[in-house]
This record gives sequence, structure tokens and C-alpha cells, in this order.
Amino acid sequence: MFDGMTAELLARIQFAFTVSFHIVFPAFSIGLASYLAVLNGLWLWTKNEIYLSLFNYWKKIFAVAFAMGVVSGIVMSYQFGTNWSVFSDKAGPVIGPLMAYEILSAFFLEAGFLGIMLFGRERVGPGLHMFATFMVAFGTVLSATWILSVNSWMHTPAGFSMNEVGQFVPEDWWAIVFNPSFPYRLAHMVLAAYLTTAFVVGGVGALHLLRDRTNIAARKMFSMAMWMAVVVTPLQILAGDLHGLNTLEHQPAKLMAMEGHYDSYPDGAPLILFGIPNEAEKRIDYKIESPKLSSLILKHDLNAPLDGLDTIPDDEEPPVAIVFWSFRIMISIGFAMLAIGVWSLWRRWKGELYEATWLHRTMVLMAPSGFVAVLAGWITTEVGRQPYTVYGLMRTSDSLAPIAAPAVAASLTAFIVVYFFVFGAGTFYLMRMMGKTPGGIDVKMGLNKGPIRTAGITPVQQLNSGVVAGE
Amino acid sequence: MAFDLAFIWAGIIAFAVLVYVILDGFDLGIGILFPFLKSEGERDLAMNSVAPVWDGNETWLVMGGGGLFAVFPLVYATVLPALYVPITAMLLALVFRGVAFEYRWRTERWKWVWNLAFFGGSLIAALMQGIALGALVQGIEIENRAYAGGWWDWLTPFSVLTGVSVAVGYTLLGATWLNLKIEGEFQERMRKASFGLAIGTLALIGGVSLITPFLDPVYFARWFSWPQMLFTGIVPVLVAFATYMLFTGLRDKHEMTPFLAAISLFVLGFAGIGISFYPYIVPPSLTIWEAAAPDSSLEFALVGTVVLIPMILVYTAYAYYVFRGKVRPEHGYH
Repeated sequence: MFDGMTAELLARIQFAFTVSFHIVFPAFSIGLASYLAVLNGLWLWTKNEIYLSLFNYWKKIFAVAFAMGVVSGIVMSYQFGTNWSVFSDKAGPVIGPLMAYEILSAFFLEAGFLGIMLFGRERVGPGLHMFATFMVAFGTVLSATWILSVNSWMHTPAGFSMNEVGQFVPEDWWAIVFNPSFPYRLAHMVLAAYLTTAFVVGGVGALHLLRDRTNIAARKMFSMAMWMAVVVTPLQILAGDLHGLNTLEHQPAKLMAMEGHYDSYPDGAPLILFGIPNEAEKRIDYKIESPKLSSLILKHDLNAPLDGLDTIPDDEEPPVAIVFWSFRIMISIGFAMLAIGVWSLWRRWKGELYEATWLHRTMVLMAPSGFVAVLAGWITTEVGRQPYTVYGLMRTSDSLAPIAAPAVAASLTAFIVVYFFVFGAGTFYLMRMMGKTPGGIDVKMGLNKGPIRTAGITPVQQLNSGVVAGE
Repeated sequence: MAFDLAFIWAGIIAFAVLVYVILDGFDLGIGILFPFLKSEGERDLAMNSVAPVWDGNETWLVMGGGGLFAVFPLVYATVLPALYVPITAMLLALVFRGVAFEYRWRTERWKWVWNLAFFGGSLIAALMQGIALGALVQGIEIENRAYAGGWWDWLTPFSVLTGVSVAVGYTLLGATWLNLKIEGEFQERMRKASFGLAIGTLALIGGVSLITPFLDPVYFARWFSWPQMLFTGIVPVLVAFATYMLFTGLRDKHEMTPFLAAISLFVLGFAGIGISFYPYIVPPSLTIWEAAAPDSSLEFALVGTVVLIPMILVYTAYAYYVFRGKVRPEHGYH
């Protein structure tokens, strides 16, 4: 299967494969943990049982997704050593302590309070249970903060010197933690996690509205999710734009690849909306472009000059086609999300949010879109910083462990087989749980006796579907 | 320098690994016991006895790896390639057993698959951890800051022996944990099984302890030279005491004593390894000081660690306190 590939390429594929599988779960659990904390807070505050019902519904889904995130994360914490040992030895003194802080301040917090959040409501009482739920949510965001600091340092290294054995030696921890690209990357990723979760929650709400538009639990989650889409999407587009400007400053070659600028434009660069990168000829074929718009976006001046990849030595260029495409996928999804937010606002204003069947159908289709955008965004930034692991200082080819290709090929095969089996099954269970009708509080609230139960498509079994208040 | 940072850090990492071995030890042990339980009801109970805490338990393993990366990057960069196969196998095994905690409750038709995943994952993880330990005790060859040995150097009769020892020892921890957390006939069966597992664990630990001093003259000198023997001699005495407490506790149907005694055996075994190793962190190639990261890394990491580890211990203890007492069928949220 992997004949003829070098150990380096195999190790890169293995890292890309395992980290891509992994990031999907944190992206979801960061957002969902915060959503659960909000739901639990609203339940305690308003005593409206619909929030408790939604909490219990999403809690089970969270538990499965979180378990998948934990086990795929343990793999990541050891893979630096097994496959990228030279990188670990050299960069360990800088990024290792940050990762240790992630573990000590965030992982333990999440894991320590998760049990109480899932199993402990009756044992510790509502106040401490709320505290535990909040700690889990806080832990997920804190974890993202540390790991994005690590990742950002690899993109925009700062605050270090080199010692005689070639290690990066920390000199200024403030400069290391708050390295130039960190604030932008953190904002962009945390917003991405919230948006991803909003679209999953909204998609699930929409699915159940299509089945029964009177389901109050489905209405509530759909409405909450659409507010998130309205508020967070514009913020995310703004954060992405600022992140892009930061990339222009620190990693211009990546931005050239994202824009598809093979050539320099001394008097205003066009925005290439679409085209097919031709890496052999170093040009974009069949391109549709808008003159000078790229200079306007990046330099706020129609005629500002922009350098292209022709100014970058060939052996320092990232692969253009992957970056070009993944960037466009991310952007397209971002604007689709914005459009849906506006659409929902309009239908809400008209008082038809729960009757907007086409909006619901679109949301069901868009439910996984956040994951695609997150992966596309990470591919853009990680492929775009090649051929370096520590940007400008340490090449990927110099980071590899002294491992033989057959060993990496064997472990890669094992990871692929196991991940598709295990996470495939997990995704199936998650989807089945999301397919279950939310609710189960109608009887208590006496609503099922009212006239809004129309065609009898919500029979008694839904009330017993395991989402009963108080477990 | 006022503090020997590298030495302090070696102590912290050793502590994290020890906490991991104790906490995830009984948790993996329950997985190994899984096929020997009589019904799905018993398996539900056994799993629920650790479900609220397994996540935290496994985080100590991440801490062991992450801690090495942070303060002994050279160890991380040489030991992991040397143990490529057992580490990868362990990680994959942990994937299977970790997800089984949730998946098992989500299906009837495939429950057997996740039962098997929980058992197989736990067993393989335990074996691989023991094998990794044995391989480290045997020594790892390092040249120019890189692993210089072969891909299968870790696999020897000795490492297989340590692998089996750890697996059997974890099963003993699991059985004594269930003796503490379960009631009735199921508890009684676990109590009886603990006798056999205790004998097996002691025999295996004895075997490993007898072989270890002869693997390396340094180890031998550490244990059998005067006057160190005054200190090293304490270890076997304490082992004898823990053994006595374990068997009398089991005989007299105490619930907590056998579990604590079994943990003590692990602590003492761990101390024994520490005595053999010191001052090496990767025998016979790297001492603690040779492997340490620059002082600026050690200092920065230490400041937070001395605050955070006590906090972690407090809320971890609190989580165990919340879920104290016997597990009953109605517990669990599934």
C-alpha cells in the first residue's frame, strides 16, 4: 500500500491523518461543553425544564464525542516522540512546557470534573454540579489556548535562542506564549469551534423540526443555534481577515499560495476567485479574477504592490494547489454560514422560523459544514507553512525520527484501520443519538394535551426515550 | 544553585508515572477481568465503578509523556523511537478500551464487540506498558542524541516477563478494587480471585527482582554494596509487610486493606526500579542531568506545576470522594 514512499512522507501522512481525526472532536467538544454550561445555567436560573431536557440530550452526545477526543489525543501526545524525535529534542524545551501546562491546567480539569458533570448531579447538588459543568467548559477552552500557543509558536517563533546542541532555548516566556500569530489563531479557532457546534445543534434541531415542527425542544435548540450563526459568523469572518493580514506579515509565502499569486503584481494584485493551479507551469489556469481586489483586502489600497511566489526560492515554497483549494473551501463555507444566518434572521423577523422548511432542510445539509471548514482551515495553515516545522528555522525533513519506512508504514496502516473502525462506529452512534427525538418533558408541562399536537406523530415512546428529566 | 531542578523534575515525573500506574492500573485490571465476569449485569457494574474517574486516570499517562517532552525532551526523543512498537500498540489498545466506556451502552447487537475491545485493549495496554518498562530496565542504546538500537531490541524474555507481571499485577488491583466497590456474591468471587492473583503477582515481581541486579553490574552494586544495603534492604522488608496485610486483609474480608496493600506492592516495586536506575533516567545512556532541558524550561514549568499538581490531587480526591461507596445497578447515566 505504501511501497516506495519515504519514511518522511509516511510520517507526515500519519501525523496529518491522526491529527485530522483528532481535531474534529475537540472542535465539537469545545463548543458543546460551553453550550452545556449555558443550558445548565439557564435551567438553574429559569427552572424551565426544556433546558434540563436539552442538557441531558446533548450531554450523552458530548460524552461519546469527548471519549473519542481523549483517546485520539493520547496518540498525539506520544507521536511527537515516536515519529518526530529530532523535532522533539530540539523544540521540546520551548513547546514542551506549554504542553505540560495544557495537561496540568486543562486536561486534568476537564477529566476531573467530567465524571461529576455526567454522573454527579444528584450526588453533589445543583450548585457544585453547575460548577463542574463550567469547569469542563473552561478546561476545553483553556486547552485550546495552550495548544494554539504551541502551534502558533511553530508558525511565528519568538523569544528563544539556540544552544550548542541545536536546541531552542527559551529566553522570554511572555514572547513565546504570546507570539505574533497566537491571538489571531486562538480567536479564529475558538470561534470556529463555537460555529461548528452551532451548525451541528442547528442541523439536529432542524431535522426534528422537519419531523414535527411543534417539538418545543427542537424549536429551542434550533433558535439558539441560529442566533449563534447570526452573531458568530460575522465575528469569525473578521477574525479570519485579521489572521490573514497577520499571515501576510509573518508567512508571506503561505498567503501567496492561498491567493494563487505565482507572479508579483507591482501595481495592484487581483483577487483570484477561482482557477486551477498548474504547479508545473507555475500559473493558475482558467482563472476568474477581480482586478486589484487582493491589494485592497490585504493592503487597503487598490494599487499597492504585492509580491508573488516568484520572489520565493523554490525549495522554500509550500505546495500551492492544496493550500489554494483548502482555503477556498473554508471561505465558501464561511460565507454560506453567513448567508444562512441572514436567512434565519429574516424568517425569524417574519415570525416563521419554525415553519421555514427550506431553511431547515438547508441546515440539515449544513450540519457537518463546520467540521469541513475546520479541516480545510487547518490544511491551509499547516500545508502553507511547509517545508518547515518551526517556520524559517527547522525543516520538516530535519525533524524526523531515525525510523525506517516499513515501521512507519506498518503503524500508519494500523492507525488507518483502527481509526476508521473505531471512529466510524462512534460517528454512527453519535448520528443515531442525534436522530432520537429530543424532548420528553411534554407530559410534565402538560403541553401534549393541547391542540398543538397535530397529526399524532409524537407518540408516547418519545416521552420515554431516555431523556427524562433528572435521569 | 539553590535547587537541583533536574532532580526535582525527575521526582515529579516519577510521581506522575506512579500515580498513573496505580490509578489506571485498577482501571485496566477491570478490563482484563471482563471476560471472566458472569453476566452483562456484572460487567455493567464493574464498568460503572470506574466510569466517572477513568478519564482522569488516563490523563496521568498524558502527563508522563507531556512531562518528559517538556523537561527531558531527549528522553522523549530517544525512548519513544526505541519503544516504537510497544508504544504504538499501547496507544491503539487505549483507543479501543477508552471508547468502549461509551460505545458499550449505545448498542445491544454490538455489545460483545465493545466488551472484547475493552478486554483486549486493557490487556494489550497493560502488557505493552510492562514490556516498555522491561525494555527500559534492560537499557537503551543512544548515540548522537538519537536511538541507535534495532527495531526489535525491546523484545526479550525479560521484557515479556515484566509485561506479564504488570498485566497480572493490574488484574490484582482490579480485583481488589471490585472487592471494595461491589457487594454480594460477585464481591466474594473477586475476593477469592484476589488470592490467586496476589500469589501470581508476588511470584512474578520476585522473578523480575531476582533477575534485575544481574542485568547490569551497576544495578547489582546499587542493591548489594555496603552501606547502601541498609536502605535498599528496607524495600524487601516492606514488601513482606504489604504481602502480610494483603493476605490477612483478604482472609478477614476487609474491603479497603487488600486494595491499599496491592497498591503498596506497586509503590514498592516502583521504588525498587528507582533505586536501580538512579542517577540514570535512560540506563545506561543518559543521566537525569544529561537529559534535562535548559534551566529556563525547567523553571518556567516548575512554577505552575508546584501549584497545579496539589490542586489536581485535591479535586481528583474530591471526585473519588463523591463517587465513594458501593456501586449499584441504578448508578450511571446511560
